[in-house]
Amino acid sequence: MATLTYREAVARGIAQEMARDERVLLIGEDVAEAGGVFKTTQGLRERFGPRRVRDTPISEEAITGMVMGAAMNGLRPIGEIMFSDFLATCWDIVANQIAKTRYMTGGQIELPLVLRSANGGGARFGGQHSQSVENWAMAIPGLKVVAPSTPVDVVGLMAAAIRDPNPVVFLEHKALFATKGEVPDGELVDTLGRAATVRQGDHATIVALAAMVPKAIEAADLLGREGISADVIDLRTLVPLDVTAVATSVAKTGRLFTVEENPRLCGWGAEVASIVAEECFWDLDGPIVRITTPHIPLPAADAIEDMAIPSVNRVVETVRASMQ
Amino acid sequence: MSDAPSNGTALGPGSHPEIAPSVRLKMYSSMWRARVFEKRVYDLFMSGLVKGTTHLGTGQEAVAAGFSTAMRDDDMVFCTYRGHNHTLLRGAPMDSLMGELLGRESGCCGGKGGSMHLTDVEQHAMGSYAIVGAHLPVAAGAAWASAERGTGQVTACFFGDGTTNIGAFHESLNIAAVWNLPVVYVCENNLYMEYTPISSVTAVPNPAADRAAAYGLEPIIVDGNDVDAVYRTALTALHRARSGGGPSLIEAQTYRHHGHSRADPGKYRPDEEVEAWMRKDPLILYRARLESLGFAASDLDQVEEAARAEIDAATAAAKEAPEPGEAVLMTDLWADGGASWRR
Repeated sequence: MATLTYREAVARGIAQEMARDERVLLIGEDVAEAGGVFKTTQGLRERFGPRRVRDTPISEEAITGMVMGAAMNGLRPIGEIMFSDFLATCWDIVANQIAKTRYMTGGQIELPLVLRSANGGGARFGGQHSQSVENWAMAIPGLKVVAPSTPVDVVGLMAAAIRDPNPVVFLEHKALFATKGEVPDGELVDTLGRAATVRQGDHATIVALAAMVPKAIEAADLLGREGISADVIDLRTLVPLDVTAVATSVAKTGRLFTVEENPRLCGWGAEVASIVAEECFWDLDGPIVRITTPHIPLPAADAIEDMAIPSVNRVVETVRASMQ
Repeated sequence: MSDAPSNGTALGPGSHPEIAPSVRLKMYSSMWRARVFEKRVYDLFMSGLVKGTTHLGTGQEAVAAGFSTAMRDDDMVFCTYRGHNHTLLRGAPMDSLMGELLGRESGCCGGKGGSMHLTDVEQHAMGSYAIVGAHLPVAAGAAWASAERGTGQVTACFFGDGTTNIGAFHESLNIAAVWNLPVVYVCENNLYMEYTPISSVTAVPNPAADRAAAYGLEPIIVDGNDVDAVYRTALTALHRARSGGGPSLIEAQTYRHHGHSRADPGKYRPDEEVEAWMRKDPLILYRARLESLGFAASDLDQVEEAARAEIDAATAAAKEAPEPGEAVLMTDLWADGGASWRR
């Protein structure tokens, strides 16, 4: 057992798979010599050499397109897009090429690839380096979407993503890079599409993702002192979506809250709410409530960025008000 | 392709021997197969049997014929929505392509691709891509994998003149050059970017060749209506890529006989320009050359007849094939064969 930061867990997960499978390669801007601008790939070039860990120009279409072409031809490549906002510069390759090609070719082309990216706000970067774009990726048929909240999940889900024979968008949260957690020694391989119930309760179900998970846990602990006990579900992956975990919890608690960092409209919680409304309507004792970032770009200043992203207080107050 | 060189490796730059008669006959046949295929697609589109849209390569057959003949069997091809010629001549069976165009279960993509996405991975026809420029980095990636795996494969990537003005062109050419990838980029310059003359929207006269210097590459222009010239140019570029010499950027000057797509009559093109290019029809030019080289007219007629018989059989087979059923609608999104997004 070791204590790792979230950022160290990224490198650990990639290294585990590169050591196991020589078809796994990593490319991206500043990923090799510099070890990544967030230091998430530190030591990989030294360990696996300059051919398997390679710097690219600032060319997001080239990075994503080359990862796709290499995956067609026998490699299992990982491409890094430095900030997830930059996925907009290569969204054609991601959404039209990578996501659609297997279906459009009648299953002739398989694309075992991972696109990693630093996602989310809280770092005062302003509107073009802060957005949570998990709902963009979730909206595209053909992409799996992973967004872990702890170091141990980063390692296990990274391994699962790399071994998955489908394209996976793997979102690492910037606000979590410095967080620490226990990670068991030895090989870790998790499963995509399995949520984790990280707090147990009876009165409410709080569903969260990535950086919203520790906030939801803290909120649940505070609410518990007031007599409101909640299940906290860390979705971990949006596609596949663990509907069973959510539905089972709602059947017990009768109330559903989502805590989402993505902007409000068409956020992932809208889909979760829609499924629960359709399939678990008679289990509900009250309205489904979504706690999200407002439908705005993220501002840079400390005070107002913190107001925009769901906070522990906002979760506590919203749940408390809804439960009265 | 009996006595044809099986690949470019035997030939270095500037050392082209005479093209063997059997190779010439194969290229003549290739051009005719592509010609009758596109003619049939046009007729079927006009009669409402081919739906959606089509982008015909009629007039541009020499590029696909020359390259496909010069390539090694496992070399890969990436092309655009104007990709019928390339997919067919890389080896996709005509009836599976016609089945795809007619929306049949027998189609190369089972009816899920259509005219703009013809693909036959078994034949190393790695797909037709319908967003301009998108396949250039994908081709670079396939070439990168060949280099890393040491397969000796070369990737050929075909695109139109309009592609030279999109960002993915620049990103791909740059990284292909920096990483010295075994990829050959071939611009089919047919003078029009959809309905607009390429010269009116491009800063340089030769949209691909004049940009080559920006990537440290040699400017290469070839007469894209002369299949022998294309074949020789292809051998040189494939050889260079296969022997570690890195990418090439080739501009093949050609002309499409039809408009951009669908029923576009191409009226934006001056009559005299169209007439001049129709006189440079690659099939007419090549037949004249072959006759002057002593090929018997009856042998050439036989090639044309065989192509017509093949397209008739392929059309009949496609028309008889069933349409895809509901069972396949929700298949092939994921590697497990299904389309489920939840648990």
